[in-house]
Amino acid sequence: MIVKISYDKLPDLLRQLSDKLAVYLPVDKENGTSVYEKYEEGKTLSTKLNTLRSAKDFFFPQVQPMAKFRMEGQKITVEDPREEAEDFVIFGVRACDVRSFDVLDKVFLAEPVDTFYENKRKHSIIMSLACGRPSETCFCESFGINPAEPAGDVRMWIIEKNLYLQDVTEKGKDLLSKLDLSALAASTDESANASAVDKEKSRVQSVYDKLPLHDLKPTDNRDRELEVFKSDLWKELSDKCLGCGSCTFVCPTCQCFDIEDFNAGTETHRFRCWDSCMYKDFTMMAAGQPRKTQLERFRQRFMHKLVYYPKDHEGMYSCVGCGRCLRRCPIHMNIVKVMKAFQEEEQ
Amino acid sequence: MQELIDRACQLLEDKTVDRVLGWSAGEFVYDITPCVFTDVDDIKKNFVFNDFCGQNLSKYLVAETEKEGKIAVFLKPCDTYSFNQLLTEHRINRDKVYAVGIPCDGKVSGERLHEGGLEGITGIEREGDNFKVHTVYGDEEIPMADALDERCKNCKSKKHVVYDELLGEDGEVLDSHRFDQVEELEKLTPEERFKFWQGEFSRCIRCNACRNACPACTCTTCVFDNPESGVKNKAAANSFEEQLFHIIRAYHVAGRCTDCGECSRVCPEHIPLHLLNRKFIKDIDSLYGEFQAGEVEGQMSPVNAFTTDKDAEPNIVREGGKV
Repeated sequence: MIVKISYDKLPDLLRQLSDKLAVYLPVDKENGTSVYEKYEEGKTLSTKLNTLRSAKDFFFPQVQPMAKFRMEGQKITVEDPREEAEDFVIFGVRACDVRSFDVLDKVFLAEPVDTFYENKRKHSIIMSLACGRPSETCFCESFGINPAEPAGDVRMWIIEKNLYLQDVTEKGKDLLSKLDLSALAASTDESANASAVDKEKSRVQSVYDKLPLHDLKPTDNRDRELEVFKSDLWKELSDKCLGCGSCTFVCPTCQCFDIEDFNAGTETHRFRCWDSCMYKDFTMMAAGQPRKTQLERFRQRFMHKLVYYPKDHEGMYSCVGCGRCLRRCPIHMNIVKVMKAFQEEEQ
Repeated sequence: MQELIDRACQLLEDKTVDRVLGWSAGEFVYDITPCVFTDVDDIKKNFVFNDFCGQNLSKYLVAETEKEGKIAVFLKPCDTYSFNQLLTEHRINRDKVYAVGIPCDGKVSGERLHEGGLEGITGIEREGDNFKVHTVYGDEEIPMADALDERCKNCKSKKHVVYDELLGEDGEVLDSHRFDQVEELEKLTPEERFKFWQGEFSRCIRCNACRNACPACTCTTCVFDNPESGVKNKAAANSFEEQLFHIIRAYHVAGRCTDCGECSRVCPEHIPLHLLNRKFIKDIDSLYGEFQAGEVEGQMSPVNAFTTDKDAEPNIVREGGKV
């Protein structure tokens, strides 16, 4: 079912949703960026293409407390911070970021299941938003994602002065059924709504086809793993990498973490935090760092996304083409340049 | 730009240098990558110098001058201060560098254009003080000032403090008003100021881009990466630790920071890190007399070189600045 409401009614829709459960949505910040915040009266949906940080933060936050240990004399108490999460809505997730949840699910929900991740994931309802103005850094279609038809529980389009909502999953259907659509003056004219949406999808496609990365296609190198690994290209590509973790931390699919203990005097806080394969002390072992040079660390990141991950997951790439790393890398070296360099070498 | 390319080719051809450090073109107009060239044809094809070449190349020379042979580098005025400071700290082998000073009228970034609402950029042309930006949604004209990097809005100097040769005219040290924002922060109450920085630091994702891009941060192993230090961390367990990283870093580069602004340029979260450094620079200026790190090669920072009887206010030394 596709329903249409006037875009002016968006505040009413957000109010109705937030009466029932917590709603998070991208909001514009003064510095020109957009970030996810909890909906409160007066907040409104960002007009930006996408958020600065990805939506992975909801399930895999930068810092995740895991346990607290307290010592009193001979007695040690262990506190488990896990609580069953309450249902919440992430409103306005773009198609690329919705796909990133699938990529993360295959890692965190595989046995042994990561209960911290599972708890949040299970209670989330994704209301995705189709892209109306894709940008030059977008290459989601390279990975089979349609920017104008995102997955999710409910998908939405903003077309001219209207907002269209379509239930995709049972969860989404259930959510929409709880809304008072008549108070939103919704139109349920199925055929008119479907035709407006179809028209929008072709419009977005025609825009996407004009973007510089529209014809970028990943190469399936699953059978050439060692050849790619040993390529001379890595030296040139990694040469000026600063070894910072910007690309990793803005990436919606990067999922590596470290577990650290913070000594707070009378107690110890164990927490998990994002880690980056770009870092010198990543996967440090008793014998030292297995990847001693920036070349090896740089190679690891792209081999993982473009070769190892697809090898382990039926050809699914661990990149969704959101373009955040293209925008944030201080020296503008990124996955697109890596993909293209290998394709040029092949020709 | 052609002048730079020709000169880069010449320097390789006449064997003045073995390598050239410059910038290489990317996928779009703005996504420039620093690059070492060894081949004239490669320079002709890929070398680029435009309004988006913001990266300060001087830090790369630490690693580059450990290699065999001589390297030419193109330095904008503010990059020459970093270069000089690195020479002072013996981090660069001067004999292995041929420094070419190049003029700069401010650098811009693709990010500023995106934040201004421009998406789908397919081309950018400079027309006087404006940019004509071509996008798939139509062309737009925007003033260059709107796209300038934060640091370039308060450019401290158009003068090259060190070079082997100069392309174009040298400029002057400017009255930059670069401490205006610091003064605004100083006017706040301690509580308000604490709140301001807490808000800024709360966004930090500990990507270390500020540290890794900083020409003053050249430690082989940073204290924050060293498990033996007791302060190593990749993320903060609490908000106290979060503030620690940036404040310790600011202390560590105090007296050595040339105010090149790379920290703020590379911060993906737009934390105005340069304001911390500028506060230190301003304090050093007022306590020890005007000092610009990197202005003169070999010049000791007042933080290291002060004597208790004449350079500093005595109460600063004896009473730790308490009045």
